[in-house]
Amino acid sequence: VLATLVLVAAGGMVTSTNSGLSVPDWPTTYGHQMFSFPLSGMVGGIFYEHGHRLIATVVGMLTIGLVLFLGLAEPRPWVRRLGWLALGAVILQGLLGGLTVLYLLPDAISISHAGLAQIFFALTLTVALVTSATWRRPPAPPVDDDRLRRRLLALTLVVYAQILLGATMRHTGAGLAIPDFPLAYGHVLPPFWNAAVAIHFAHRLGALAVALLATVVVWNVRRHHGDRGELVRPALVLLVAVAVQITLGAFVVLTAKHEVVNTLHVATGSIVLGASLLLTLRAFRLRFDRPVTREA
Amino acid sequence: MIIVLRRSLLVLSASIMVACGGPADPPATPAPAGKPVDAATARPITGTVTFTGTPPAAEPLRMASDPACAAAAGPNPRSNAALVAADGAVRNAFVYIKDGLDPAYAFPAPAEPVVLDQTACTYTPRVLGIRVNQPLLLSNSDPTFHNVHALPATNREFNHGLSPGIPPMRHTFTRPEVMVRFKCDVHGWMQAWVGVTAHPFFAVTGADGAFTLAGVPPGTYTVEAWHEVLGTRTAQVTVGSDDVAPLALSLDGA
Repeated sequence: VLATLVLVAAGGMVTSTNSGLSVPDWPTTYGHQMFSFPLSGMVGGIFYEHGHRLIATVVGMLTIGLVLFLGLAEPRPWVRRLGWLALGAVILQGLLGGLTVLYLLPDAISISHAGLAQIFFALTLTVALVTSATWRRPPAPPVDDDRLRRRLLALTLVVYAQILLGATMRHTGAGLAIPDFPLAYGHVLPPFWNAAVAIHFAHRLGALAVALLATVVVWNVRRHHGDRGELVRPALVLLVAVAVQITLGAFVVLTAKHEVVNTLHVATGSIVLGASLLLTLRAFRLRFDRPVTREA
Repeated sequence: MIIVLRRSLLVLSASIMVACGGPADPPATPAPAGKPVDAATARPITGTVTFTGTPPAAEPLRMASDPACAAAAGPNPRSNAALVAADGAVRNAFVYIKDGLDPAYAFPAPAEPVVLDQTACTYTPRVLGIRVNQPLLLSNSDPTFHNVHALPATNREFNHGLSPGIPPMRHTFTRPEVMVRFKCDVHGWMQAWVGVTAHPFFAVTGADGAFTLAGVPPGTYTVEAWHEVLGTRTAQVTVGSDDVAPLALSLDGA
């Protein structure tokens, strides 16, 4: 999961530094095989693009290892299938990454690449969670709260939609279509509209929706399940991550897309998604296979 | 397994190529067929390009991301995007006949190539002109990696990798386009501009801002001076039996 988060951040750095086409060929790098490209050539944009490819290869290998491990040690078929799904996702992700280079960053492929990255991250997080000891043998009976489940599911879906909107904004060059914050050209609503302004403003509205939903969810957890550490801890992470994410979003605009701020915004988006997904899965724990403690 | 994967990738690539509408070459401009220019009646159009006002300061270039570039450029490298002499003369303006040429004239593309080199991590020259279907050689004289990424609007976009010591790559443009932007994604400060015309009446100004469009047939033309930072300026020119008075094209940043 951590390697995937690093990979997402590295991908964010590629986009933020406009380095996506600094290596024009794929799967080779200036004609060299992946690991034979000289370190001395890791300069300028190549550092980010080739570095992203190297990290992606390591993540791909880790995913193969994960599938093998699950095949050997995991008794639940659906968890083994999750591993295979993650492997399929990371292979497809690699192909999308290659194709977007070969076809000079078409928006559709680049946005798909960004969207699938988060799905792969979600898959690895899910596998990590459902193979953990506390998932299989919960210290207490899992929470059974239908309203919380519905809200968390909505939050996770809205966060993912917001990430897709952000990816669309990044790859269509709409990141500074509204150059001020928190207002839009000095107004609450943009005084004029085009596609870029609409995408940008939709991302701001999405941030508002995520913030409101996250606040409701955290309030719900604190009020009704304040003694459940497995919910309270990720809820706090979620709340902090959303606050940091909105601040970073503001600074992306105010710093005219500083590459480090931009990348942190991408990575924190993954953390928000991860925290929301973790909460959602734990809220749905009873819908999965029965905890081991109850089987005894 | 690898062969199957490669075949799948090729099929996927082809599908996406169709779906994305590229990167197929746009239809080539038909080979010219028509009357030649009568040298006896042709006249040169000469002039200078100047800038009025305070030229923008040359921005410092941050080359530390590639030690080879930093070493080659020396201390405090600055952008050469806007080079204006003390008397206002503008270097690297692209001057060309924009409109007015009789389409009956034929201008076969020269066989000799135009070279766009990369030296000290800058494009050399920064601005150049080339004819439709004339070969463009892209070379790398630096001891570091470059990619050459062309961003045309009507020609085909391309992106070539040029490793150190690699032989020059060849490219031809199939349609007129003023200007085509080139950039290096490895080194974000590198930019070049290529004016692609269907005729030979273009020039790039030197340090004195002067230009000559040689051998222009009689007629009335729109001549444009284009500069990447300082803007454009057009003028109407009539070529008759007498010499044409030198043009003074003054840019003002618009």
